[in-house]
Amino acid sequence: MDRNSNNYTFLYAAVMVILVAAILATVAMSLRPRQERNTEIEKKQNILASVNIQTTPANAEEIYAERIQNQYVVNAQGERVEGVDAFEIELRNERVKPIEERLLPVFEFQGEDGLKYIFEMRGAGLWGPIWGFISLNEDMSTIYGANFDHQGETPGLGAEISTDWFQEDFKGKEIFNESGELVSITVTKVGQEAPEDHSVDGISGGTITSKGLQDMLEEGFSAYREFITQKKS
Amino acid sequence: MENLINIFVKSIFIENMIFAYFLGMCSYLAVSKTVKTATGLGIAVIFVLTITLPVNYLLENYILTEGAMAWLHPSLAAIDLSFLSFIMFIAVIAAMVQLVEMVVEKFAPVLYTQLGIFLPLIAVNCAILGGSLFMQQKAFFNVGEATVYGLGSGVGWFLAIVGIAAIREKLQYSNVPPPLRGLGITFIVTGLMGLAFMGFMGIQL
Amino acid sequence: MSESLFSRKNTRLLSDPVGSSNPITVQVLGICSALAVTAQLKPSVVMALSVVAVLAFSNVIISLLRNTIPNRIRIIVQLVVIASLVILVDQVLKAFVYDVSKQLSVFVGLIITNCIIMGRLEAFALGNRPWPSFLDGIGNGAGYGLILIIVGFLRELFGSGSIYGYQIIPNSWYISNGGFYENNGMMILPPMALITIGIIIWVQRSRNKKLIED
Repeated sequence: MDRNSNNYTFLYAAVMVILVAAILATVAMSLRPRQERNTEIEKKQNILASVNIQTTPANAEEIYAERIQNQYVVNAQGERVEGVDAFEIELRNERVKPIEERLLPVFEFQGEDGLKYIFEMRGAGLWGPIWGFISLNEDMSTIYGANFDHQGETPGLGAEISTDWFQEDFKGKEIFNESGELVSITVTKVGQEAPEDHSVDGISGGTITSKGLQDMLEEGFSAYREFITQKKS
Repeated sequence: MENLINIFVKSIFIENMIFAYFLGMCSYLAVSKTVKTATGLGIAVIFVLTITLPVNYLLENYILTEGAMAWLHPSLAAIDLSFLSFIMFIAVIAAMVQLVEMVVEKFAPVLYTQLGIFLPLIAVNCAILGGSLFMQQKAFFNVGEATVYGLGSGVGWFLAIVGIAAIREKLQYSNVPPPLRGLGITFIVTGLMGLAFMGFMGIQL
Repeated sequence: MSESLFSRKNTRLLSDPVGSSNPITVQVLGICSALAVTAQLKPSVVMALSVVAVLAFSNVIISLLRNTIPNRIRIIVQLVVIASLVILVDQVLKAFVYDVSKQLSVFVGLIITNCIIMGRLEAFALGNRPWPSFLDGIGNGAGYGLILIIVGFLRELFGSGSIYGYQIIPNSWYISNGGFYENNGMMILPPMALITIGIIIWVQRSRNKKLIED
């Protein structure tokens, strides 16, 4: 058959498209469960890391099932929303809505010294989104632990938000000041003065990511404000 | 509106395709010997990026992602074609380049003689596919944002290639150590330009 | 026509691209996407392996098909083959080495427009039998990977003081711990990848004078 004839070209293209589509669809479908499990395990690991439990992909699910006793969804008015799975909430989609309409996941963790509440937050870094989980003690003011991650911050600079030294600093900080106002946590620049109880050291060279993280915390805590104050009193 | 300006400026200076991501380096190095050809390729890149980004945005959000096809029929909502996105993007790019080439040839022959030879090169320019992939990653809220991002990235690429071409024209007259001549010095100068562009990172918008 | 699988000619297909016809430093192909991942060694290695895999297999496939491809849609056929292989690589990375695939993010997709792959398909696979094409793919992929790994190694060593994630520079050397050493934060920034390659080219060309451009 003539290699340059129209019929041959069309036939060739058609066969190629069908073959390629079939191969890709098969592979994508057979790998899908594994990929979904990867993302799920990662989220569980992140949630557990925010209550200072380090896990491996192998044991994350087991520990999660054992220690996270309760998970539910609240709205910005602090009321429970039924019929939605907290684990399935995509904060990325929620942040598009005005604060009043957002659905916010809450995870409860039974620690050695009482219940911890884990909140999920999301914001913008320098290059792309940043997100994380942050846990509060039962007094609803003291931070028990935090875990942050990012999509593409500069390694060694902005990406430091996902390292231990940065996250350690959050432990024991207070999100309410003495007069009972929700002040969130300030991420300071070098030389910037801020009350010790309500601030952590920023990353030198990662100023914009630090600022992005501070904004994320502020937005996050203010979305959960009603829920937090109700639990606090 | 503020948001659009923000995306525009950011994509030109801070997330510059060349200096921050090295996208489109092949044609950047090959076509930057004179300012004239560099300008031609640069304009062609702006053109194609601005056209392909919105098209790929619509493709991504109305066909490829999970649940995107719900607008056609509710029963299609469960289909997730996102594994096809690479191949669809590159197909759209190749088709758009072809289309642009034909339209330009028909309606603007003068422009065609200037851009003509560059257009086919563009289908395999990483900056174009890169633009679409970053658009997918950044998850813009509407077509407007995606278009502005495409335009900004194109302008950033244009600035970079015209800048390096101007420097390379001057470099002809300098005494560069022989092993560094050509490619080597171009890399290093691009690196230095990139460092200068890093200065824009501090801009708060 | 019988020729041993590793005849002299065939081994040269493997070794030349690593040295004197290196795709990056000599042929100027494929600098595009991958340099952004070289801030650390681990993603550089994974990227290098992915490119080797895609390049070798697309070379073989195109070489097998070379007598059947209609001329008019040659480029499209090549793009489809490359893009499908890249999708496979991406899916496999996401399923088996999830953390690395996150770090590589969009850059896996950009292997599609990596000029090395198109370049080798056009220049070699379309005119040669599958086995030499396979070797050519491995050789060029390796030459490309070598540069990535060198750059990744240097940037991680000087930028973060570690190699493959393991701390190399003793902690007590750092100024913050009373020592004399400080990581060079600039090495981590993207432009330093370009400057590092510029220097590699400089070194290579001063050792091999034939490569010098006028």
